[in-house]
Amino acid sequence: MIGSITPAMLLAILPEISLLIVVAIVFVADLVLTERRRGALAWITAAGLTVTLAVTAFFSLPGAGSELIWGGMLRHDWLAFVFKLLFIFSALLTTLFTIGWKEIGHKGEFYVLLLTSTIGMTLMAASADLIMLFLAIETTSIPLYVMAGFMTQDDKSTESGFKYLLFGAVTTGVMLYGFSLLYGFAGTTNLYEMAAGLSAAAIPGPVLVGTVLLILLGFGFKVALVPLHFWAPDVYEGAPTPVTAFLSTASKAAGFAVLARVLLAAFPSIVTDWQAIIAILAALSMTLGNAVALTQRNIKRLLAYSSIAHAGYALLGVAAASELGVLSMVYYFLVYTVTQMAAFGVVIIVWHKLGSDEIDDYAGLSRRSPLLALAMLLAFLSLAGVPPLGGFIAKILVFAAAIESGLVWLAFLGVINSIVGLYYYLIVLKVVYLSAPKDEQPVMVARPHAAALLVSVLLVLVLGIVLSPWYAWAAASAASLF
Amino acid sequence: MQIPYILSAIVFLPIVAGAVLLFLPPNNRRLIYGFALAVSLIAFLLSVVVYFSFAADGARYQFVEKVDWLPALGISYHVGVDGISAPLVLLTGVVIFTGVIISQRIDERPREFFAFLFILASGVFGVFVALDLFALFFFYEIAVFPMYLLIALWGWKQTREYAAMKLTLYLFIGSVVALVGALAMYFASGLGTFDMLVLESANFTAEFQNFWFPFVFFGFAVLGGIFPFHNWSPDGHVAAPTAVSMFHAGVLMKLGAFAALRVGIMLLPIGAQTHLPWIILLTLVNVVYGAFIAMVQTDFKYMIGFSSVSHMGLVTMGFATLNYNGYIGASVQMVSHGVMTALFFAVVGMVYDQAHTREIPKLGGLMRIMPFAAVAFIIGGLTSMGMPGFSGFIAEFPIFMGLWAGGYPLIAIIAVISIAVTAAYIMRAIGRVFFGELPAELEGHMHDIRPSEKLALGLLSLIMVAIGVYPNVILPMVESGVNAVLALLGGA
Repeated sequence: MIGSITPAMLLAILPEISLLIVVAIVFVADLVLTERRRGALAWITAAGLTVTLAVTAFFSLPGAGSELIWGGMLRHDWLAFVFKLLFIFSALLTTLFTIGWKEIGHKGEFYVLLLTSTIGMTLMAASADLIMLFLAIETTSIPLYVMAGFMTQDDKSTESGFKYLLFGAVTTGVMLYGFSLLYGFAGTTNLYEMAAGLSAAAIPGPVLVGTVLLILLGFGFKVALVPLHFWAPDVYEGAPTPVTAFLSTASKAAGFAVLARVLLAAFPSIVTDWQAIIAILAALSMTLGNAVALTQRNIKRLLAYSSIAHAGYALLGVAAASELGVLSMVYYFLVYTVTQMAAFGVVIIVWHKLGSDEIDDYAGLSRRSPLLALAMLLAFLSLAGVPPLGGFIAKILVFAAAIESGLVWLAFLGVINSIVGLYYYLIVLKVVYLSAPKDEQPVMVARPHAAALLVSVLLVLVLGIVLSPWYAWAAASAASLF
Repeated sequence: MQIPYILSAIVFLPIVAGAVLLFLPPNNRRLIYGFALAVSLIAFLLSVVVYFSFAADGARYQFVEKVDWLPALGISYHVGVDGISAPLVLLTGVVIFTGVIISQRIDERPREFFAFLFILASGVFGVFVALDLFALFFFYEIAVFPMYLLIALWGWKQTREYAAMKLTLYLFIGSVVALVGALAMYFASGLGTFDMLVLESANFTAEFQNFWFPFVFFGFAVLGGIFPFHNWSPDGHVAAPTAVSMFHAGVLMKLGAFAALRVGIMLLPIGAQTHLPWIILLTLVNVVYGAFIAMVQTDFKYMIGFSSVSHMGLVTMGFATLNYNGYIGASVQMVSHGVMTALFFAVVGMVYDQAHTREIPKLGGLMRIMPFAAVAFIIGGLTSMGMPGFSGFIAEFPIFMGLWAGGYPLIAIIAVISIAVTAAYIMRAIGRVFFGELPAELEGHMHDIRPSEKLALGLLSLIMVAIGVYPNVILPMVESGVNAVLALLGGA
C-alpha cells in the first residue's frame, strides 16, 4: 500500500521529524545537565522550535494542489501547513514563557510533553484517515493532561489535570464509537473516500446526523464548545499559565482544523444538517461564554470564558460551510493565537511579580509598568475586535462569511456578543488604567518574556494592518478543502 | 497645484505622532506639550492647505489616492475629499489645534493624553477622507475607541466611568450594526469591492435598500446623536475633559452624521427616500426636545451638551429633506456647529478651571475678568441662535427653506420654536455668567485667560464670522459636493 517513499513525502512530514529530533535532544540534555544548568533546557527547546518553524516554513511548503501521502494517512495541503506553523509558533512562545520558572523550566519532561503534544497536533491538522486522526488526537491529548496537572504540589493544578483527563477520556471514547460506526457504514477509514462510501451505502440521513453528533462530542470537547465547555474554566484556572496559554490556542486550533476537514470532506451529503448544528453550537458558545465571562474576577477564568466565546465566533466560519467560511476561520485562528498569547504573556509576567491572578490585583498596572499595560491594552482590544488590530479583521471576516451564507441572524448575534465582549474587556482595562495601585513598585519583565510578548503584540498589529499575505495563506488553506 | 499624498499625511501624522509620544520621557512636560502642539499645528496647516486648494469647479473627489490593501476582497486604501468632506477636514484640523492649545494644563499623564487624542484625530481624519467602505469602518472604530480612555482617565471624576462606558457601548453597537449592513451591501452588489464610488452604481434592489437602510443609517446616526439614541451624548460631553468635549461635540458627532450620509444615504438612495420622511420626525424631536432640555439645565456644560443634541438634529433634519437647500444647510451646519460648540466647551472649560463650579447660578460678572472669552462666547451664542452675519444663519436658514420646499411646512414651523428657545437659554447663560455681579466667593480667584487661549478662541470665532459675512468661502465648495449627492438621489 505505502509504496516507495519519495522525497516529497519526507518533506511533508519534516515538521514532525524535526520536532522528534528536538524531543531526543531534550531527553539527552535532561540526563546530561546538572541540576544547576537545567535552566538551559528551555533554551534548547526554544532553539529547536525556532529551527523547526524555519524548516517548516521553507521546506514543507505544499504545492498548489494537495496530495494524500503515506498510504492515504496524511494529506499534505495548505490547511495542514498553516496550522502546523501555528502550533509550532504557539509551542515556541509557551516555551519562552516558562523560562525562569523553576518548577517547570528545570524539568526536561515538561518540554518533552510539550513537544510530543505539538507533534500530535501537527499530525491532527494533516490527518486524512480516521485511524491516523484518532492516534494524533491521543498523542496531543495525553501529554496535555499531564501538563495541566504538572504542578504536583498545587491542589488546583492536580485537580485541573485529573478533571481534564476524566472528561477527555469519556468524550474521546464516544468519539471513537462514532468513528467505528462511520467505518461500518462507509467501509473505509479514509476521510476522502468516506463521502463516496457513505452515498454508495445509502445510509439514511438521520443515522448519519446521529453519527456526526457522536464525533462532534469529541471535537466539541477539545475546542470547548458549549455545552461541552464545563471543563475549560477549571482546567484553565488550575493549570500552570503557560500550559493554559498552549491549551487555549494550539489545542483549540487543532480541534478546529480537524472539525473543518472532517465535516467538509466526509459529510457533504448532509451539509445543511451539520450547518444547523454548528450554527446552534456557535450561538450557544458565543452567548454563554460572553455572559459568564462578565462575572469573572479571576483573569484566567475570564480568558477561559472569553476563549469559549471566541471559539463560537470562529465557528461562524465553519457554519458558513463555504470557502470564505473556512478562510475566515483560519484567519481567525492566526489572529486569535497571537492575541491570546500576548494576553496570557501579560498574565504570566504579572503572576511572577504578584503571585496572583485576581483582576483586582491588576489595579494601576499602567503606573507600575506602562509598557506592559500597553501590551495588555492591545491584546484585549484585539480580542474585542478594535482596529487597527488583528481581531478587527478576523471578526469582519467571520461575520462576512456568515452573511454570505445567509446566516444573517447568526451574524447579528455575533455582533451583539462582540459588544458584551467589549464590555468586560474594558472592565479589565479600567482596572489596569484607572484604579489606584496597591503599591507603586514597578513590575520587572524578564528578557525572554519581554521578547515573546513583543513578538506577539507586533504580530497582533501586523495581522491587523498588513492583510494580504495572511489572507493569501488563509485563502490557500480554504481552497485545499474545496 | 495639489500636493500629492497630502491626505495620507494628514491621516497618518497624528497616529504616528501618538506612537512617538508614548515613548517620550513621561515627566518632561514641556517636551511633551511642545511636541503635541507642533504636531497639531502641522495637521491644522495641512488641513488649511487641503481646504484652500480644493477646486470647487474641479473633479468631484480631489487629492485622490488609491493603493490596494486586500485585493482579494476588493479592499483598497482609497481616499479623497469632496465638497462636503473638505470643510470637515479643516474643521478637524482647527479643533485638534485649538484643543491642544487649551490642554496645556493637563498634568495627569499628559503623554498618554495627547497620544490617545492624536489616535482619535487620525481616526476622524480617516473617516472624512475614506472612499472605501472597509477603510471607513477601520478608521471609524479607531476614532471611537480612544474616547473611552480619554473620558475614563482624564474626565470629571464623578461620572467619568459611567459616561465613558455608556458612550463606548452605544457607539460600538451602532458601528457593528452598520457593519453588518455594509457587509450585506458588499455581497448583494456582487461587485466584489468595498470601493464606495463603485458601490454607488451597484443598483441595489428597492427591497434590499428598504430593509438595510435603517440599520446603516441609525448605526452611524447614533454617533450623530439622533433621538432616541442620543442619551450617551450629554453624559459623555460633560464627563470628558475640555479638549475631548471640544473634539467630541465639535467633530466626532459630525462623523456620525457624515457616515450616515456617505454610507446610508449615498449608497442606498431608494432606502433613504423611503425612510427619511418618517425619520424627519425623530430629528424634529432632537431639535425641539434638545432645546427645551438645554433650557432647564443649570449646569453650564450640560446646557451646551443638550444644545449639541438640538443642533445636530438640524443636520440630520437637513439630510432628511432630500433637497438642495436642506443638504447645503446641513453640510454648512456640520462645520458651523463644530466650530461653535468647540468654542463653547473651551470657554466652559476655562471658566470651570478657575471657578471650580459649572452651576450657572453660582457664576456671574466674568465679562470684567475675562472679556475676551466673554466676547468669544457671545459670538458663539449669536451663531447658535442663527443670527445673520454668523455661520449659523448660513447653515440654518437653508435647512428651514429646504423643509418648506420639501413639503414639511408644519415641521419647519415647529422646528423654528427651537430657535426661540435657543435664544432664550443662550441669552440667559450669557446674562448670568458674564454680566451681573461676580459672586463674593469667586472674588480674587479668577483671572484673565492666557494669550494662547485667546488665540484659540479667536481662531474659532473668526471662522464663524468669516462664514457668516462672506459665505462664499464655503458655499461653492459645499454646493459641488451636494450636487453629486443629489445626483445619486435621482435629482430629487
